[in-house]
Amino acid sequence: MATKSISRRDILKTLTMGAMAGSVLRAIPAQAAEYAHRMVASEKAATAAGVYAPKFFSPQQYKTLQALCQAIIPADSDSGGAKEAGAPEFIDLLTSENPKYQLKLGGGLMWLDAECTDRYGKPCLDCSPEQQKEILDLISYSKNAEKDPGLSQGVEFFAFLREMTADGFFTSEIGIKYLGYVGNTYLLSFPGCPPVPQA
Amino acid sequence: MAQVVRSPKLYDVCIIGSGAAGGTAAKVLTEGGLSVVMLEAGPPLNPEKDFKEHVWPYQLAHRGVGVGGEFRQELGDEFMAPNGAWEIEGEPYTSAPGSQFHWFRSRIVGGRTNHWGRIALRFAPMDFRARSTDGMGDDWPITYEEVSPYYDKVESYIGVFGTKENIPSAPDGIFLPPPPPRCTETIIKKSCDKLNIHCVPSRLAILTKPLNGRAACHYCAQCGRGCITASNFSSSQVMIPPAQATGRFTLITGAMAREIVVGKDGKAEAVAYIDKATRSEKRVHARAFMVAASACESARLLLNSRSTLFPDGLANSSGAVGRYLTDSVGSAAGGYFPQLEKMPAHNHDGTGGMHLYMPWWRYDRKNDFLRGYHIEFGGGRDMPGVGDFDRILEEHEGYGASLKQHCRSRYGTYIGFGGRGEMIPNEHSYCEIDPNTVDQWGIPVLRFHWQWSDNEIKMAKDMQETFRAIVETAGGTFISRAKPDGSHPYGIQDGGVIIHELGTARMGNNSKTSVLNKYCQAHDVNNVFVTDAAAFVTNPDKNPTLTIMALSWRASEYLLDQAKKGSL
Repeated sequence: MATKSISRRDILKTLTMGAMAGSVLRAIPAQAAEYAHRMVASEKAATAAGVYAPKFFSPQQYKTLQALCQAIIPADSDSGGAKEAGAPEFIDLLTSENPKYQLKLGGGLMWLDAECTDRYGKPCLDCSPEQQKEILDLISYSKNAEKDPGLSQGVEFFAFLREMTADGFFTSEIGIKYLGYVGNTYLLSFPGCPPVPQA
Repeated sequence: MAQVVRSPKLYDVCIIGSGAAGGTAAKVLTEGGLSVVMLEAGPPLNPEKDFKEHVWPYQLAHRGVGVGGEFRQELGDEFMAPNGAWEIEGEPYTSAPGSQFHWFRSRIVGGRTNHWGRIALRFAPMDFRARSTDGMGDDWPITYEEVSPYYDKVESYIGVFGTKENIPSAPDGIFLPPPPPRCTETIIKKSCDKLNIHCVPSRLAILTKPLNGRAACHYCAQCGRGCITASNFSSSQVMIPPAQATGRFTLITGAMAREIVVGKDGKAEAVAYIDKATRSEKRVHARAFMVAASACESARLLLNSRSTLFPDGLANSSGAVGRYLTDSVGSAAGGYFPQLEKMPAHNHDGTGGMHLYMPWWRYDRKNDFLRGYHIEFGGGRDMPGVGDFDRILEEHEGYGASLKQHCRSRYGTYIGFGGRGEMIPNEHSYCEIDPNTVDQWGIPVLRFHWQWSDNEIKMAKDMQETFRAIVETAGGTFISRAKPDGSHPYGIQDGGVIIHELGTARMGNNSKTSVLNKYCQAHDVNNVFVTDAAAFVTNPDKNPTLTIMALSWRASEYLLDQAKKGSL
């Protein structure tokens, strides 16, 4: 590796000494810049290994949350789903810090279990796949709330959960790969637009 | 109050503020041989610690939106360079009843240059002669020809890419080669060509070649996060370092200027500031003062510098300090472009910001409104972020495999447009000292008054119509939340939101109607200069930063010249 002999500290010192120590920034070799980028990136990478212990949701609620996230963005032949992407962890973390999210999502999950108990005699997670599909089909379209105002809180809850699930999935490593985003890298020149396929 | 500590040292110049204006002055004055002390209200900038360049969202537990998702759909996020905020705890500002004004302030070395879009546009000759052209507002006391050599100096030093176009509303400068357009930009250019709208390479202060010891851009599109190679311009990385290299530069951070203190002879002699770390008041003495704290903060400092000699505030015998406040006219819309669904995955990043833009193109005819606007645009296959899919989810209800696929096919197919137009100063838009409120340092705060006039509303309407024409000519579907009526007619944004607020200590030849002479020197106090955008007479449809630097450079050379003559 070309940059092996250069320590990270040296590079960062070179990069920042302009601002820190008072000389004009000097030109730095391209590889050094790229190397520094990687070092900074890996150093700042969050470490999230092992089994996740929910910070806000009860164990039962968290299982329901995971199931709902996965229903919203399921695994398919191209990629894993929202659960594999860490969306439930992301949602739980933000919810644990935000009273509004606690009302919307914590309250929403309570509403869902109550509605399932009314309809099917058991909480959502214990319902059959057909029953779960039925209730999700009801709360995932705003027009259903127009027909049956009793569903409006559920529709509201599910719309917000969809946003949060999409956030969690599409900002994950597998979600970004699924979308086909290419970039966040080091280029010597920008290539411009590849040929656009004919319509 | 703690005991007032006096600095024994007498500096040649004290600069208040470290952004575009202050940084430029620091470089020019120290290289010219003067000793300079700079006060910055915020902390130092530490790129190594503060910048999150190249970090993926999934590498941060909050994916960029912060604790509790506080930044979801906000201007800021965890990735951005430390640059400023709409609200600063303990440092409020107020708005008069019925006025909607937002003030984005920065408290860090480099100020808002750590944040700005690097859009570096020259004002045009006609911009300096507004009143002569259409009878509204005022002319500048200087011409394009007088400022042009300073644009040259700034561009040559900081590096700006662009192309020579010979467009009267958008003078050419000294340019580095531009990067090639992205797919989104080629589509929009084609549409603009059909509509006879200029669509040309943008002019951004980003290096496409190494310059003055700084490395060229590496096209990661993350300028807003701060650039660890300083390939984009910021005062903190490009202006402050050469000043420091002279050995004649002293930077005091955490120093909140409270008042410019005037001696018995009517000349300014010191700045009283609050040392935030100790909450004590200190003073720094100098022969001359450059106020460069950002337009409204500079006006606030002058207005708060009351004395028996200057009962209405320093340099304010005209009563013009705080008046003539303007911001750019902003209105936004977007479009969905089905042809982008067919694009193969490819690197769309480029520089931070647009590679093409639309300078004002109807300067040669009569329009429904006076003055003009330019158009900025962006979108496409950017790095995904939290909140990016809200609109797609709104369009496509339901869940499951079809939703997932729909999100993928729509990813990168939206292009957003923003107009940036000229507001004409009016008597209802100004800032003043709020008689009832102080900040946590005991300094009286600003109260804003704001009102758009019909000219700006008509301009916003025209922007919306133009965005629609561009989108539909390109075969896209126009998307806009703008409505003709209500609190934001035609989507016009609240005052201050575009962060081009300026004009609050304008220059002019008449000391009864202006604060500064044409060298940014106060008519009333000849050792006080205001070199930020407070000095502007008009707010043309060009982002102000390049002109701030050109005028600060010019004022600094004038001050150097005065110092040589011994007239300070």
